[in-house]
Amino acid sequence: MDRLTYYREMLRIRRVEEEIARLYPSDKIMSPVHLSIGQEPVSVGVCQALEADDVVFGTYRSHALYLAKGGDLKQMMAELFGKATGCARGKGGSMHLIDVSHHMMGASAVVGTTIPQGVGYAYALTLQKKKAIVVAFFGEGATEEGVFYESLQFAALKKLPIIFICENNLYAIHSSWATRHAQTNLCDRVGSFGIPVRRIENNNGEALHDAVADARRSILEQGAGPFFFEAMTYRWNEHVGPGTDWHLGYRNEKEMDEWKKFDPVLAIARELDVVTKERIDLEIKAEIEEAVSFAEQSPFPEASELYTEVFA
Amino acid sequence: MRNKVHFPKHLSFTLRFSPSRIAIMERIIKCSEAIREAIDQEMAADERVILLGQGIDDAKGMWGTTLGLQEKYGDRRVFDTPLAEDGMTGMAIGAALAGLRPIQTHIRMDFLVLAMNQLVNIAAKSRYMYGGSVKVPLVVRAVIGRSWGQGAQHSQALHSWFAHVPGIKVVMPATAHDAKGCLIQSIRDDNPVLFIEHRMVHQAQSHVPLESYTVPLGCARVLAGGTQLTIVATSHMVMESMRAAAVLESCGLSVEVIDPVTISPLDIETILSSVEKTRRLLVVDNAWLSCGFSAEVIARVVEHFQDAKGIQVGRMGFAPVTCPTTKVLERAFYPDVSGIAIKAAGMISPKKILPDGLWQEAPEVVQFRGPF
Repeated sequence: MDRLTYYREMLRIRRVEEEIARLYPSDKIMSPVHLSIGQEPVSVGVCQALEADDVVFGTYRSHALYLAKGGDLKQMMAELFGKATGCARGKGGSMHLIDVSHHMMGASAVVGTTIPQGVGYAYALTLQKKKAIVVAFFGEGATEEGVFYESLQFAALKKLPIIFICENNLYAIHSSWATRHAQTNLCDRVGSFGIPVRRIENNNGEALHDAVADARRSILEQGAGPFFFEAMTYRWNEHVGPGTDWHLGYRNEKEMDEWKKFDPVLAIARELDVVTKERIDLEIKAEIEEAVSFAEQSPFPEASELYTEVFA
Repeated sequence: MRNKVHFPKHLSFTLRFSPSRIAIMERIIKCSEAIREAIDQEMAADERVILLGQGIDDAKGMWGTTLGLQEKYGDRRVFDTPLAEDGMTGMAIGAALAGLRPIQTHIRMDFLVLAMNQLVNIAAKSRYMYGGSVKVPLVVRAVIGRSWGQGAQHSQALHSWFAHVPGIKVVMPATAHDAKGCLIQSIRDDNPVLFIEHRMVHQAQSHVPLESYTVPLGCARVLAGGTQLTIVATSHMVMESMRAAAVLESCGLSVEVIDPVTISPLDIETILSSVEKTRRLLVVDNAWLSCGFSAEVIARVVEHFQDAKGIQVGRMGFAPVTCPTTKVLERAFYPDVSGIAIKAAGMISPKKILPDGLWQEAPEVVQFRGPF
């Protein structure tokens, strides 16, 4: 993976999220937002290893995934503003981003629910003899849902072309992973299904990229079954909303400071020369301004749209 | 579409759809055979159709409805699944998003409770919440049990739960002819369709053309014409209501029987025009009454006729208890031909007393043997 592309993609997502946080008090985005700041390396690392035809499924925290997979920024911003030009015509909002043309096949607000759809999509790809894979993204909280194990089981049984990416940011809302498990080693658990597993520490999107690229190759060239990667990462903002949540007491800023030491956006920025950095900053700034302006100027859906798209 | 049929005096549930067709050839087969034929013909016609479910490839083949299909279409298009209703429903939805047309089969409707999240939160909502950018052409077959002690968790009819939710169609045919035509139409529909079968209806026989044909969803069927009272019945209660109509006819009372066939979207127009004529409506649902389909039909009829005087309404359904296994209590749990006939007669003419000996217990219930 090109290191500059890696940096640029992550920075773009971070700046978009920061702009959403900045806009949020204006009440132009009247819906929950689950920001991805801090977790950008996971989506970017994985999606840089994918081809256009590869398919991803996400969660309600999918701004990063949507953008990393090539989703249209203007349509995403318009969706957050509830506009008719949004990627879901204003009917889905931040938690249900979709861009079918880039094979970002949706995101659900109910934890774990898109995992089996990824499995079913992968089953269809094999039946249709398509040279593509599916990547299912979910948080570590989703691994507590029964459907996660049902999905692993079937994917392993049928040796499906799917990679499971667990974005482990340590907390399900305000509850820590360690307090909810007798046996905290997730990879051991998943490995028992006969699925190759690997835990990638320290928000390392480059290591994740290489692991996904290798897995993808094994799937497409050797028909290797599903793979599972646990990507250790950290959310900087509150679970939902634009702010921070240190005051709630379930975690502290010192913990985030430790994670910031691994943050590739900050690390790569320190390596870059001023001119390159500034050029990237300006390009991203212009793109975001354009997207926000597009969202602002777009019309809201007509009242009659309330009744459309109930059925195909 | 709205065929009025003569109901034969004997109580085998044979429907004759048109005199001309009878003159040419009657092909009388069982509903379960009609269902298998529908799946077979659609799988032959469209390679996107796949069939999955617990036990569909075993020697019993879902009471014959899936027999031989794996041999014919291979184990990639027809396959058994792990006992994972939630995950396998999500998996079928994913396959549908990718362009396949899955038919997922549940051996008991009660097991759908385990798949509610995927059906309600994903299948029904994807089209809308993604702004029309995807479609979910999924058929979920669910079979209602009855008799031989099916009891609390093998006999529930939950169509009202699903009909409450926008974005999913709910079909509940009561004849072999409609089962085949509606199932083919459901497979071709671009939306999630819950296709509800009843083990007693599986036994029902009617004329079923050999060739592939469709019965449109959202169209009610007038099964018996009448002038004094409209019975709207669902699933197995259609069979019992047709028997009740025959009994009433022999006593000089004229009852119209309507099978909505599709619970959602509901063809209320056919029901309204019948009630406009008869001024009396009795809904006999194959389910509990509270907050259910019967309440929905009556509410819509009353809303429509609220300025008109003299519309009488009534409803029947399961007793408001959990279904018991012991025969003596199970008999009392379900409406039957005698209860329906007495209730209908009472609505038409309160003083009318029907003579004894006009009815017998439903033969498909009496003949049914377990243990499966």
